[in-house]
Amino acid sequence: MNGHDYGKPIDILLVEDNPGDVRLTLEAFKEGRVFNNLHVVNDGEQAMDFLNRKGQYEKSPKPDLILLDLNLPKMDGRAVLAEVKSDPNLRRIPVVILTTSKAEEDILRTYDLHANCYITKPVELEEFISIVRAIENFWLSIVKLPQT
Amino acid sequence: MFADRDEQVVKILLVEDSIGDIRLTQEVFKEGKLNNELYTVKDGEEATSFLHKKGPYANSPRPDLILLDLNLPKKDGREVLKEIKSDKDLARIPVVVLTTSKAEEDIERTYDLHANCYITKPIDIDQFIHVAKSIEDFWFSIVKLPSGAGG
Repeated sequence: MNGHDYGKPIDILLVEDNPGDVRLTLEAFKEGRVFNNLHVVNDGEQAMDFLNRKGQYEKSPKPDLILLDLNLPKMDGRAVLAEVKSDPNLRRIPVVILTTSKAEEDILRTYDLHANCYITKPVELEEFISIVRAIENFWLSIVKLPQT
Repeated sequence: MFADRDEQVVKILLVEDSIGDIRLTQEVFKEGKLNNELYTVKDGEEATSFLHKKGPYANSPRPDLILLDLNLPKKDGREVLKEIKSDKDLARIPVVVLTTSKAEEDIERTYDLHANCYITKPIDIDQFIHVAKSIEDFWFSIVKLPSGAGG
């Protein structure tokens, strides 16, 4: 249903510096229906290295989906988004912004930069898990992801 | 500010030429949790007129979300997508491509054109309803739309 070979995992890159959020996201995706590998990086520079297969990420797969926090150390998520969406090799990869920011300015700017969707992380635990599950369900089961 | 967001009606533009699909979509959205208004146009030219408030659409609202079929009469959905995403006033409106095509080429090309997501319409009615509900749940309640409407 999602356009991938049945049996081939979907590779997701999670760009997130908060360890609690990383853990919750990992768990939610582990319990998901669709076979997936969640790769985690903790700052914007690592994200770009992963996507460009630099250094320790030389053998990393190109992700099928990116979950991107905005407020990141070293290189801001907004800058990562701008780079991804202007790189012909990467721009096709759907980017789901998952951030604490509710700021109108952030929402507008990231859509202008071609973020595929913007989601504000709930503060409450149950809601956070439910949001991540909804992301997993929508992007891995309903949507057709591009072959990358 | 949150109160304003909750009270706003989500306006959706459905660009679809199949009457059956229009009717199903209308029914799903009518029963939806969130207040919404579904506007329908049946070809690519009407879509352009609606979005640019031309002719009979002079008083049409700007949609908060666009559901776009690819295979349309008069002007193809791919052309409409390209126009939307290169227009500085319209580019930020999320476009959910909802089409019968499963072709890899279509999928890749529409993501390249910055479609927000691509969904293949199921043939089965129950599955179609399930997909329409999923779109509604995800884009109205979970996602923050750039216009401020919805969840």
